[in-house]
Amino acid sequence: MLALRDVHAHYGKSHVLHGVSIDVGPGEVVGLLGRNGVGKSTTLKTIMNLVRASAGSVTFEGRDIVGLATHRLPSLGLGYVPEDRRVFRLLTVLENLRTGLDRPRMTAERREALLEKVYGHFPVLRERRNQAGGTLSGGEQQMLAIARAMVLEPKIILLDEPTEGLMPRMVGQIRAIIELLHAEGVAILLVEQNVPLTLAVSDRVYIMEKGAVRHEAPAAALRADDAVIHQYLGV
Amino acid sequence: MTPSPGALRTDGLTVRFGGLTALNDVSISVPSGQVRAVIGPNGAGKSTFFNCLTGVIRPTAGRILFDDDDITGLPPYLISRKGLARSYQITNILPGASVLENVRIAAQSRHHNWSLLRHHRAYTDVLDRAHRVLASVGLDSKAEELAANLSHGEQRTLEIGIALATEPKVLCLDEPTAGMSVAETHQTVELIRQIAVDLTILIVEHDMEVVMGLASAITVLHYGEVLAEGTPSEIQGNARVQEVYLKI
Amino acid sequence: MLAIPFEEFLVQTVNGLVSGMILALVASGLTLIFGIMDVVNFAHGDLLMLGAFVGSGVFLSTNNFWAALLVAVVVIAALGALLQLTTLRPLLGRDPLTTILATFGISLVIQNYALWQWGPSARKISEPIGGQFQLLYLQYPVYRIAIALLSAAIIGALWLFMKYGTYGIWIRATTQDRVMAAAMGIPVPAVHAAVFAIGAGMAAASGVLFAPLVGVTQTIGLDFTLRAFVVVVVGGMGNLGGSILASIFVSLLEAYASLFVSPAQAVIVSFVVLVLTLLFRPTGLFVPTPK
Repeated sequence: MLALRDVHAHYGKSHVLHGVSIDVGPGEVVGLLGRNGVGKSTTLKTIMNLVRASAGSVTFEGRDIVGLATHRLPSLGLGYVPEDRRVFRLLTVLENLRTGLDRPRMTAERREALLEKVYGHFPVLRERRNQAGGTLSGGEQQMLAIARAMVLEPKIILLDEPTEGLMPRMVGQIRAIIELLHAEGVAILLVEQNVPLTLAVSDRVYIMEKGAVRHEAPAAALRADDAVIHQYLGV
Repeated sequence: MTPSPGALRTDGLTVRFGGLTALNDVSISVPSGQVRAVIGPNGAGKSTFFNCLTGVIRPTAGRILFDDDDITGLPPYLISRKGLARSYQITNILPGASVLENVRIAAQSRHHNWSLLRHHRAYTDVLDRAHRVLASVGLDSKAEELAANLSHGEQRTLEIGIALATEPKVLCLDEPTAGMSVAETHQTVELIRQIAVDLTILIVEHDMEVVMGLASAITVLHYGEVLAEGTPSEIQGNARVQEVYLKI
Repeated sequence: MLAIPFEEFLVQTVNGLVSGMILALVASGLTLIFGIMDVVNFAHGDLLMLGAFVGSGVFLSTNNFWAALLVAVVVIAALGALLQLTTLRPLLGRDPLTTILATFGISLVIQNYALWQWGPSARKISEPIGGQFQLLYLQYPVYRIAIALLSAAIIGALWLFMKYGTYGIWIRATTQDRVMAAAMGIPVPAVHAAVFAIGAGMAAASGVLFAPLVGVTQTIGLDFTLRAFVVVVVGGMGNLGGSILASIFVSLLEAYASLFVSPAQAVIVSFVVLVLTLLFRPTGLFVPTPK
């Protein structure tokens, strides 16, 4: 469904992606592991065209999306939850959700149903619907960021370090959300530092190093044998 | 370069930002001439630690001793003059100046001389030194090039050159291979190995290959505290360290 | 200190509120554009002037003030969108200096176009609501009150639109985080063009509203535009509510100052406020303390 082929990207002069190739099938949860600064977040940004791919191809359902304006990607079915969440701090929770809900060809009933659905998954967001996004706790902001992507009804969500800086209890909740999205058939490309979480929720895992994918394996294989994980992510 | 001491010691170093403790009672001792890596997962306090050593942040408590000289709380320029240099993670060069000028300006900071009559002599000294530094980092052929025109890898090398030009006894390298290709990383490791011959080096780095290839001792920080310290093989065999890294 | 009769004080309060509302109308277009695009629009006063001229043309043929207002707003809003698309969009994300130069260039072009098209003589738009009423000891023109109310109505409508309208939420989201807004599917380039159009339309509305008071010339609104820049800074760049409060605050101060000094000297007050704001609270007076 989503396919990256030999994608290169630069930040100024720094060559950050050196030919990344990644596939995500429909409904598949794919983990992207790697140390700090190896290009995981940049890979997601390149898919969203927030960073321009200088070479290689990115296709979504067979369509070339390199160079396609970022704001056109959600309507194709891509949802993005960036690192550090980036909720609209001065907008209320409801207004944050409305940025995704109020879109062309949206009927009132469907809008209501979507809102009820995310409120059902995240009751705390209903409680705080009239509170400014910036006043939420880190975990609540993360839920809002995920809920905001969910109301877009995406076919795939790009999830960038959703558990970073969260308390262990919140990490469990994020895991439950990922599993729920998985059960609903939403594909996920998950960038994480949390190895156990990633191995637990993913179908397949890619490991990146120095701007390139170094290893690819089914999560089950890595759960059974963690030598590769230790090699790339341990000390 | 005259063989110099350059032993660095911290004693109960603690930094608190508001209610957050970024560093808690960090005591490490780096003997002269050692290459010491400071590693740890995200948010472990590595950058804060470096910022303390170089005077960017004033510690809340604790002392920093440089050759038994207390440098705690000194401003960065005085710490630099005492011989503790830092190469930044974020590129810190003058893009509009030539490679040589970038290094010369740094060299001048050490050779500052208030005597007007000695100006010319001092100038040639500084220039010689700048050329020597460029040769040592392998950028002598690019001396007249504008720094802006260098490749990313060369710019990072130039930063190391700038740090060396201040004639440090201790060099702090903040992620020297970040954003580099595999080939550039190998070159940089080789360069650091060469300059390490007469320097004490502290290095923060995420690339374990680089860390294990360079460091003779490793300090692991976690949540602002020293989790472990030892030789590379000791650290690699430390179960707690592996756990922290894999967030098990 | 001289004792000020209470009646004079009341009259100056009305004066201050009236000019405060007009100033707020001019300033809100300016601050809206700055907030979303980081563009300081130096052509704002010229769009205002152009709006007044377009309005006077419509008024000449229809003799209807409201038609003049409506047509001027629509025409200048369209022109604003066109200017954004052709001149500012290519500069988005560049050094702010380039956009300042670009809007300054637009300003020069509009000024000289107006001089060439309409010449230096003044044109007239008659006030839609004539007459005067007794305000304590003086005859106060009804139209001045009407302008203030109309300005308040336009600003109020903008406020409601920004608060509750879908597109208002798009604008606020884009203002806060352009990248994330795009990732949510908000068509950021179209939002930018629309905001520029709204800002230009509001400038045109102020131009037509002033016209009956001062006549339509190349320098109409120059006064207000200059002070609009002051209140946009005092109110916190890009902060709509702050700019409106600052407009009223500065105008009231000036009105009260004119009790003691001549009105021409009273203008100094706004610049004193500007300097003090920049010195002691450069993020603006009417914004929450930055954390």
